[in-house]
Amino acid sequence: MAAEDAVLFQDMVQPGATWSHVLKRGSALRITDMAGGANVGAVFYNWDNLTERYNMPDTLKAQHIARLTSGCVLYSDMGRILCSITADTVGWHDPLSGCAPAALVATKYGVARYQEHRNDYYKNAYDGLSVELAKYGLSARDMAAPVNFFSKVVLDDAGDMQFIAGHSQAGAYVELRAEMHVLAILNTCQHPLDPNPKYAPKPVHLSIRQTTPPGPDDPCRLSRPENARGFTLTERYFL
Amino acid sequence: MQGQHLVESTLEVAQAVYDQIVPAGEPWIHEIRQGQYFRIVDMAGNQAADTLFFNAHDYEERYSAQDTIRAQGNIYLTTGTQLMSSQGHVLLTIVADTCGRHDTLGGACATESNMVRYGIETRFMHACRQSFVKAVIDWGRGLEKRDITHNINFFMNGPVTPDGRLTFADGVSGPGKYVEMRAEMDVLALISNCPQLNNPCNAYNPTPLRMLFWEPEG
Repeated sequence: MAAEDAVLFQDMVQPGATWSHVLKRGSALRITDMAGGANVGAVFYNWDNLTERYNMPDTLKAQHIARLTSGCVLYSDMGRILCSITADTVGWHDPLSGCAPAALVATKYGVARYQEHRNDYYKNAYDGLSVELAKYGLSARDMAAPVNFFSKVVLDDAGDMQFIAGHSQAGAYVELRAEMHVLAILNTCQHPLDPNPKYAPKPVHLSIRQTTPPGPDDPCRLSRPENARGFTLTERYFL
Repeated sequence: MQGQHLVESTLEVAQAVYDQIVPAGEPWIHEIRQGQYFRIVDMAGNQAADTLFFNAHDYEERYSAQDTIRAQGNIYLTTGTQLMSSQGHVLLTIVADTCGRHDTLGGACATESNMVRYGIETRFMHACRQSFVKAVIDWGRGLEKRDITHNINFFMNGPVTPDGRLTFADGVSGPGKYVEMRAEMDVLALISNCPQLNNPCNAYNPTPLRMLFWEPEG
């Protein structure tokens, strides 16, 4: 293994839990679906200026997409690239559907409190992300539109949304290369459109490694002229 | 076109208690009380009205594009759509719509996203998020840039294909078409009358919008 591919550390996120880390520019986070059927709600911020954050519409319209996969990048609201999707064995990640608040989770699955269930109590992504945001001085005000990695929601010609069950298999992974110092907050609660009537969130494995900077022939840079400009603007930020 | 639900309003313009024209490229911010009816008129046709709503008493609760499309299971807004807050409450309901459908995935243009989409030389062209930021600075009361999240684009057409591609087509709106909402709680409305010249969302010719309010029925 080349030095630039050295794994810096590995971690895992339990079902229904929240995890955060400041990904350093030039490192890559690989998220692996350990059991199949995982969902990872995720929000991203520029660590050097937390008012700059992942922007769903800017990401979609710059790349003319309504789904995320390798070759796509995640744009901030300031015209810069927070992360590039450098590898993906899943093929489709959902940027549209957001996260479920406590009331929706209680309606779907019932309530399981800590008092009776200890750490298996039922969790929801909205509260999980909000609590983690607060640790960095942020709040639900700063949570515009989470991505749902490993989940697929398709649209028909009329615009109707359909959740595709069984989309992600055990061992499937997606890799995000940090193009800035990025505060990443991940949550493993179920997708809000998951029709499974049971509370059954899944764990994910995380691996963070050092990578080489994206060169002139980087697939994400070359995937669209918009992304070439996005990389230029991001690289200027560090000059 | 599928997904649209054309319904005309029974409210008469002569009975409106508020009537204001917003020129292209300018923001508009105003409170709307629970029960009031709020109409936006696309006066000359194909003019995007970039729109955000907040709970007037708690700006942390605000319009959520994701919660709105998820709640109705469809990405287009039209008559009957409940505009959902980030906390799962209904802010307003669309009660009339002579346009047919409206976008909420395309967001608002910004000088920064223009640089990515159309070329770095477009940096100094006017953009919706400039208007949004100016409006929240002037409004004060704790609103900041971070509260400017993902908006509705009334009168804008942003079809998504089944294979996951997002496109921007010429508008489905026309002169005099309108959308009308009933406020289900006291809300603050923030609108940018879009100045975008780089794509067809304003038919390359931004034009005025007209804002009208009516008092609750009965």
